[in-house]
Amino acid sequence: MKIACALIGSGNIGTDLMYKLERSKILDPVWMVGIDPQSDGLSRARDHGMKTTHEGVDALLPHIEEDGIKIVFDATSAHVHHENSRKLVEKGVTVIDLTPAAIGPYCVPPVNLEEHLGQREENVNMVTCGGQATIPIVYAISRIQGLEYGEIVATISSRSAGPGTRKNIDEFTQTTARAIESVGGAKQGKAIIILNPAEPPLIMRDTVHCITVAVPDEEAIRESVAQMEIKVQQYVPGFRIKEGPVFDGNRVSVFLEVKGRGDYLPEYAGNLDIMTAAATHTAEKFALQLFQDDETATRPEGNV
Amino acid sequence: MKASGKKIRLHDMSLRDGMHSVAHQFTIGQMQSLAKALDDARVPLIEVTHGDGLGGSSVNYGFGRHSSEEYLRAVIPELKFAKVSALLLPGIGTVEDLKIARDCGVTTIRVATHCTEADVAEQHISSAARMGLDTVGFLMMSHMLDVEGILGQAELMVSYGANCIYVTDSAGYMLPDEVSQKIGLLYKSLPSEIEIGFHGHHNLAMGVANSLAAVEAGATRIDGSVAGFGAGAGNTPLEVFAAVCDRMGIETGVSLDKIMDAAEDVALPIMEHPTRISRDALILGYAGVYSSFLLHAKRVEAKYGVPSRDILVELGKRKTVGGQEDMIEDVALEILRNQA
Repeated sequence: MKIACALIGSGNIGTDLMYKLERSKILDPVWMVGIDPQSDGLSRARDHGMKTTHEGVDALLPHIEEDGIKIVFDATSAHVHHENSRKLVEKGVTVIDLTPAAIGPYCVPPVNLEEHLGQREENVNMVTCGGQATIPIVYAISRIQGLEYGEIVATISSRSAGPGTRKNIDEFTQTTARAIESVGGAKQGKAIIILNPAEPPLIMRDTVHCITVAVPDEEAIRESVAQMEIKVQQYVPGFRIKEGPVFDGNRVSVFLEVKGRGDYLPEYAGNLDIMTAAATHTAEKFALQLFQDDETATRPEGNV
Repeated sequence: MKASGKKIRLHDMSLRDGMHSVAHQFTIGQMQSLAKALDDARVPLIEVTHGDGLGGSSVNYGFGRHSSEEYLRAVIPELKFAKVSALLLPGIGTVEDLKIARDCGVTTIRVATHCTEADVAEQHISSAARMGLDTVGFLMMSHMLDVEGILGQAELMVSYGANCIYVTDSAGYMLPDEVSQKIGLLYKSLPSEIEIGFHGHHNLAMGVANSLAAVEAGATRIDGSVAGFGAGAGNTPLEVFAAVCDRMGIETGVSLDKIMDAAEDVALPIMEHPTRISRDALILGYAGVYSSFLLHAKRVEAKYGVPSRDILVELGKRKTVGGQEDMIEDVALEILRNQA
């Protein structure tokens, strides 16, 4: 028994997500929704036996109940997410937002997924690809000592940045910066994104620069960052610390690389993977809760 | 095209690109005095922001002594004639920053992207155009894309609302023939109301020659800095270019005497080190590397003992683009590890 899911958005992220969900033991991707009948993502979804529509979220709504859809992923863009979410929440599904719209609370799994469990939130936001790659590291430092400032630089291959990402570039920097503060634990956050068109495409790389309030406890930070690397690798195997932590006065810098699994786009597109893997991981935890709820509801009295 | 008799507009970069060469540490007083000297010389347009544009103040690029807003609010009221522009790199600065700059009295916004990535600037260019600002699309590292490619990206920026397009030689790599071809095709192909500009760096001592080639090919806006105050070996030295224009009968409206004085008496004394074609600056131009990397590479050399030239050459091989300053320390650490 699996939990039925729908995907809105048939671009790079939506299509990569389909592959991740197909691999899940507890999630079943049933629908993919797009707006372009020629979309490569929709055609792949059909080949994979999914139901598809190119008429947007409205075409999905009548099927939510009959197909038992419980979780919907939105991988469109920040501008359309508001309206999509409103319609979906009315139907009683949980929305996992992969745009930087950030209507719901931020979810960065190795930092705060546990806090979201049991909350029955209607909408959770996955921040941004750069946020998923770096905020765990910001947090790994801030859990050791206070951070005056946290800054991340995400560099991705031009080929892995679809039109949604390109139109949403301000939303990317703003949403990531806010999440560096509220999830990462830095007093002030700053995010920078760079697109690089080099061929062959470069693997996603991220730099985390933090400024600690007091002199950094180098040993404790090294240990904490190393533990966090292992925790992220559990759902994104290609995540690794390339260099660092480097200490320079109160500056602590960590240089990261995120290699993808090569599901939809080749492995350079780690920015897709870290987003879709984090969303899948989150949805699986939510799905387990739904199972538990069902068990509680159907459990015969006295049989504990 | 004959250059003599043409009217062009000079755009001074010393208070923005020049920020790179002082690690973004100009005092308000230094900014004001240089801006007033430029105004007095009738330089029509002056750029003022952090070296990496609005929102550039960061660990990655260096924190500014003051915010761009503070600099703009201090400089603009001092000017009698000159207008002020601000630079914005999408991915670093946002439309919010642009609105603040407009509220400070900026009349020109220059939205800069890597030469292949014009479509990340749609939000920013269209917002600036809607605000009625003089809106410039600035294609950085233009040497990394062929002539037709540059035209395609320029057309995108025009479609978002830019009224002027720049071919930007951020690495100081281009030679005059390439400038002529790229500017020439834009001049021939873009609607006639779209202005064309050129931004040079002097890493191969081509700043003046390239700017002249640009004017001959149809450019009407030329960037430069007094005393060449800018990243790498600096921008096109503006007082030199003004003198060349004067000799050739190209009208700039700038007072040659006064711009020479601004360069010699005001700009030069506030330079921390002379802007010259050092070995590293030459490597930038030769290998096609973003000029702003220079001082960051020097600092990393001092910290880790890895020669800055080796770092810059490696950054060129990896086809790094503007903004990837974080690669400098990363590459140095990698070189260090491979030596061990």
